[in-house]
Amino acid sequence: MSGRGNKAAKAKLTGIVQRHKKMRGSKPSRQLRKLKIGSGLYLAPSLLGVLIFFVIPFIVIIYYSMVDNPISGNFVFLDNFKNVAQNTAFQKAVYNTLTFSAVAVPLAVVLSLMLAIVLESKLPFRSQFRTFFLSPMMVPVASVVLIWQVLFHYNGAVNDLLVSFGGSKIDWMKSEYSHVVIVILFLWKNLGYNMILFMAALSSIPKDILEVAKLESATSLQTFFYIKIRYLSSTILFVTIMSLISSFKVFREIYLLTGDYPYDTLYMLQHFMNNTFRSLDYQKLSAAAILMSIFMVIIIGILFLVENRFGKDVEG
Amino acid sequence: MSKDRMPLRNTRHKSLRSKSNRQRKKIWSVIKISIATCIAAFFAVLFLLPIVLTVSNSLMASSEISANYGSVFATSETGGKVYISEKVNLKFIPDMVSFSQYATVLLKSPDYLLKFWNSVILVGPIVVFQLLVASLASYGFARYRGRVREIIFFLYIILMLMPYQVTLVPNYLVSDWLNILDTRWAIWLPGIFSPFAVFLLTKCMRRIPASVIEAAQIDGAGEWQTYRKICMPLSRGAICSAAILVFIDYWNMVEQPIILLSDSEMHPLSVFLSKINSGEIGLAFAVATIYMVPSLLVFLYGEEYLVDGITYQGGIKG
Repeated sequence: MSGRGNKAAKAKLTGIVQRHKKMRGSKPSRQLRKLKIGSGLYLAPSLLGVLIFFVIPFIVIIYYSMVDNPISGNFVFLDNFKNVAQNTAFQKAVYNTLTFSAVAVPLAVVLSLMLAIVLESKLPFRSQFRTFFLSPMMVPVASVVLIWQVLFHYNGAVNDLLVSFGGSKIDWMKSEYSHVVIVILFLWKNLGYNMILFMAALSSIPKDILEVAKLESATSLQTFFYIKIRYLSSTILFVTIMSLISSFKVFREIYLLTGDYPYDTLYMLQHFMNNTFRSLDYQKLSAAAILMSIFMVIIIGILFLVENRFGKDVEG
Repeated sequence: MSKDRMPLRNTRHKSLRSKSNRQRKKIWSVIKISIATCIAAFFAVLFLLPIVLTVSNSLMASSEISANYGSVFATSETGGKVYISEKVNLKFIPDMVSFSQYATVLLKSPDYLLKFWNSVILVGPIVVFQLLVASLASYGFARYRGRVREIIFFLYIILMLMPYQVTLVPNYLVSDWLNILDTRWAIWLPGIFSPFAVFLLTKCMRRIPASVIEAAQIDGAGEWQTYRKICMPLSRGAICSAAILVFIDYWNMVEQPIILLSDSEMHPLSVFLSKINSGEIGLAFAVATIYMVPSLLVFLYGEEYLVDGITYQGGIKG
């Protein structure tokens, strides 16, 4: 008897709880839906634009990259990719771009970290220095290209300097050294940006830890290598990736400096793309674009993965 | 170095030791700071040199320019016309300050002004409308965070990080479909919907405390009012940062016009400057300086915003 009564009571109770849950659940869910749709409307213009101008054509590009031509539409799967990968111009462009990145990116990271650390100490005119280092970022490359041409001309100022130090003249723009010129231009343009990122990271290192290190009479080198580098690790990675991405954009500088037909070692991926645009070979274009985007997605993926690990390391 | 600072336990000599220590430390820190200043100054000179040279050279008369740099830009055909020095003299200070180059650019050769105007007309709408679209979208992203929206946001980040080599192909394709190739729309539309500003503004709007928005809604504000009266004013700083970053990016654009605009009449000055012929090299410096002015003004006015924007961007992870 009592057992049955208990059961009934239980059933009644669960019923109430369920009804209650439903009630509690239903009201916010309507509100939630309203919020979802209401705020989704704000997303719509941008999303529509991104879909039309980036996502949908990209899907079409994936299709194009796998057919022999857009009209007949016979699937050839990986043939286009093979063609592009075996194209000597593409290989050269990839090689040149990667060589450039391999030199420019580490330099951009190390030098900008150095600048950030220098500015971190109590310098006179600190904010002025920051302004100076940041100003190249604002100057359009097109405006300073003339000066670069004057500086690195065969009879130009840099060669004069070399000769006066007892060196011999270098034909900067028409030899292997053209890479040096572009690297310098790249660094000039990008160091400020990286430096700001490092400065923000440096100032966010907890002060008490640095104090403790000082009390334990750690030298500034020790503080740097054992404490700062650890806190900076995620920023270093981020700056590396961002520099890598901007090193793929260095075509702009090369184009402005040397025009459509640069010295052989300066033939970059964008040159390859431009030439392919000119011949309007959709298959080649799409296959190349997809290869590059896969490469980029891998890099970005690495960024996020390592970021997660290092971020936890410091916080934990 | 650190070893002779170690025995702090020896209290009897502590005061003496610490005094000499302090002195040494002081000298050391002065040395350190002066070294750092030297490094900073060295880099500052290197960084400013190209800008200063461009400006100072724009103040030279054309005869002075060709006397100094003639051999850099002279082609064999035009070589005979003016005296051309064998060597290139880098000059910082003009013999005689003259604004003749500017006068020529501004009054006599409308070509440059036209190209400058092209730049303005290409960049202006992109900055304004990208920010408008982006501020709406970032409100959408910040107001509600579901799984779908997180995926879309992640897609935006990937798109933002893609180099032009990748994004120009889809842009070209769509422009071709919509028949806007070789018109300004081919530059405007992809620029307006570029996800960069969305990313930056969303970062900012997500930091607005939920309680602020709730309070507004309890007071009867609808979504539009919350967006317009709460979120927009609170993220004004980020909007300025984004505006500056977008502006620099497009003021500097080269890839898009040379691929999407085959008519060079519509090209912005950034592309045109590299095609200046050798006879007008003096003018080129003046034009280059004029082209720098808007972005330098923006920089001087909004340096803090720029720094904030870059720092925000550093938080891709969060």
